Amino acid sequence: MLKSINERYSRQIILPGFGEAAQQKLQQAKVCIVGMGALGCPALQYLTAAGVVNMGIIDGDVVQLHNLHRQPLFFSNEVGALKVMVAKQKMQQLNPLVNITDYPFHIHPKNALQILSEYDIVIDATDNFPTKYLLNDACAILQKPLVYGAVSQYEGQVSIFNNNLNGGKNIQYRDVFPDPAATANIQSCEQAGVLGVLPGIIGTLQATEVIKFITGMGQLLDGRLLTYRSLETQFYEIELTKNANTVNINVTEFQQTDYQHICNAASTEESLSVDQFKQMLQQQLLFVVDVREMGELPHVNFVDHQIPYSQIIQAKNNLHIPVTNKNICIICQQGIRSRNAATIFQSKTLQKIFHLQGGLNAYFNS
Amino acid sequence: MQVLVFGSLTDIVAPLPNDIICDNTEQLIGLLEAKYPAIKTTTYFIAVNGKMVRENTSLQPTDTVALMPPFSGG
Repeated sequence: MLKSINERYSRQIILPGFGEAAQQKLQQAKVCIVGMGALGCPALQYLTAAGVVNMGIIDGDVVQLHNLHRQPLFFSNEVGALKVMVAKQKMQQLNPLVNITDYPFHIHPKNALQILSEYDIVIDATDNFPTKYLLNDACAILQKPLVYGAVSQYEGQVSIFNNNLNGGKNIQYRDVFPDPAATANIQSCEQAGVLGVLPGIIGTLQATEVIKFITGMGQLLDGRLLTYRSLETQFYEIELTKNANTVNINVTEFQQTDYQHICNAASTEESLSVDQFKQMLQQQLLFVVDVREMGELPHVNFVDHQIPYSQIIQAKNNLHIPVTNKNICIICQQGIRSRNAATIFQSKTLQKIFHLQGGLNAYFNS
Repeated sequence: MQVLVFGSLTDIVAPLPNDIICDNTEQLIGLLEAKYPAIKTTTYFIAVNGKMVRENTSLQPTDTVALMPPFSGG
């Protein structure tokens, strides 16, 4: 058994500066991966292969067909299966020594501290801001290092937060992005798209940081935000600084925080002036929704979608918000119905909703 | 000076300005907001020559200013 273990890891054990001591550290470490999607899968695979045998994986989602282009751990015939179950089973085949605890549900302020306290280091492989703030706060309370990763279309970010061990800089996600509410208008992969291979690279970078942290090798991305731009094939690094105004929240506050809400709190509808509207229209940044009743004049050629205001009022509880990667801007004749409609739309989505101030009257009189 | 934008800002600040001359980061943001109003709809931090800055920071013509929004995808 020992011989086969040594053989399995032999090509990294012979590395100068690695050796059996580093392998031993990997074997003893406990790593939690939050999110078993496009970042979490590659991180899990490489850590399992490297001999990080004690891991927890948290995700309540099932495999969906639109996941497969960036989550090739999952196969077409596994659509509909729980991600953590499929991942765990495959990792046991990859490395029979692995001991994975699956958590087939989403992380929440009520369960986060108890679960994460079991682990030495946490990987943020989530795909949404509420969970990113939740993980940051939980790791700050527990003083656990958090290996952050995130992607946007063709680019990805990696860093390590809350690292106060061995002279770590102890910078938090909140030091860098202090305002959860300000994230409300940043689009997700679902809205903006993502190049499939990109999170594979970012998740693999996260796994590399975890291995370095556990073994003490090299220099961590501590206090540094690394951004990979796939289209330019460039890495851009920014030295981060602590924010003197960042307040650590306590356990009681944490458990009572509605993270979904704080990431949406400031996303009240916003009005665009005619000039702003024209400029954004020209830059093709707007998806224009006309809420005038059918047949109202004048016809305009920049409308992408029409829902009469009367229908919005009636359908209030099962209103369908158009899916678009542009900014939704609602228009009407005078800017009154559009403001009300924007408020209703805004209450249904994290995406920022705009409306044209003064309506088409202002547009044609400018 | 060179301005770099990332993530959601790449669609908004397009084409990238190459002729901006200003004294400090506040002026720069003012100029960018006038030219690309949609920049006000998003959040980002500023880095000058690879270092995050929080206060208004004076700029030289040879400086590189990066505007970095958070990414949410995974």
